[in-house]
Amino acid sequence: MTTTIEQQPTISPARVEFLTGMRDTIPLIVGAMPFGIIFGTLALSSGFSFWGTLAMSAFVFAGSAQFIALGLLAVGSSWPIIVLTTFVVNLRHLLYAVTLLTHVKSLPQRWQIPLAFWLTDETFAVVIKRYDQPDTSPYKRWYHLGSALAMYLNWQICTFLGLTVGHTFPNIAAWGLDFAMPVTFIGMIIPYLKNRPMWAAVVIAGSVALATYSLPHKLGLILAALAGVVGGYMVEQFMTSNNEVQQS
Amino acid sequence: MTEIYVVIGMALVTFFIRYSMFAVSGQIQLPVYMTQVLRYVPPAVLTAITVPAVLMPHGEQVELTTNNPYLIGALVACAVGWYSRNLLLTIVVGMVAFLGWQWILTMWMG
Repeated sequence: MTTTIEQQPTISPARVEFLTGMRDTIPLIVGAMPFGIIFGTLALSSGFSFWGTLAMSAFVFAGSAQFIALGLLAVGSSWPIIVLTTFVVNLRHLLYAVTLLTHVKSLPQRWQIPLAFWLTDETFAVVIKRYDQPDTSPYKRWYHLGSALAMYLNWQICTFLGLTVGHTFPNIAAWGLDFAMPVTFIGMIIPYLKNRPMWAAVVIAGSVALATYSLPHKLGLILAALAGVVGGYMVEQFMTSNNEVQQS
Repeated sequence: MTEIYVVIGMALVTFFIRYSMFAVSGQIQLPVYMTQVLRYVPPAVLTAITVPAVLMPHGEQVELTTNNPYLIGALVACAVGWYSRNLLLTIVVGMVAFLGWQWILTMWMG
């Protein structure tokens, strides 16, 4: 049916990429929805105001850090501690940004700034796959933008829903909707498990995360991530050198 | 008001982390081996968040028991994800398994 494509010359490739980026992000939106709603619901009981909660979702836009901030605020932590913890928890985005560098370095600032602001685990996981596809489409930035905007709008709407109607569900905080994030991440991890180095990275990251969980300010998270990355790479190097020895 | 400092402080550090690398992207040239290293970033980071959330849901000790619905939900999600390779199905079935198991536990205890 190539004729149908020829009959619709008005659909620009940028728009197709934008909509595909949005569509490919739908499963992650489903996973983020309960998380956003429960954030909005819990914020009020943790001492945040209505507008403060909306502002946090609009300007910070970092789900797990926002959750941790609520927990810290509820136990009376001071704001510098909350900001420091946010820094450590979000350091992983530095790793994401470095990974995206080759794909965004040629973009103008008016693209880089919003794409950086909207960088999340979910959008990163979706768009890195698109960027890594071998075709040299100049419109991949639109795919990225579509995914980022979809996540952002969803987060704002869910925060608002949690704030306004969240309390009408009795005891919603005890339902365990926070499981939505780990279950989403499990779905995102599994496709990577294709070879031994990837398995090593995951097993090491998971073990170190458990062992270092009690470190202050969530420092264990970034330590575990680094250990997994280095471990995976070392296994890869070890296997490559072994292959070379066998082949020679 | 603490709330304002929290929001502004969190917004600034988060944006700084997300944007700093892009801002200097013109000046830095990553060595080739870095692109190989960075392929391990997504699974390692996601696992470092997920494993404690599932095995230590209360943040105190590892709960490797059937009384831990997070563990049951995660195992179901792993199985569904592994065999179906479908992200949406993994999330929905995992979530249902978690909520179902939690409900069974409540009935049992209560």
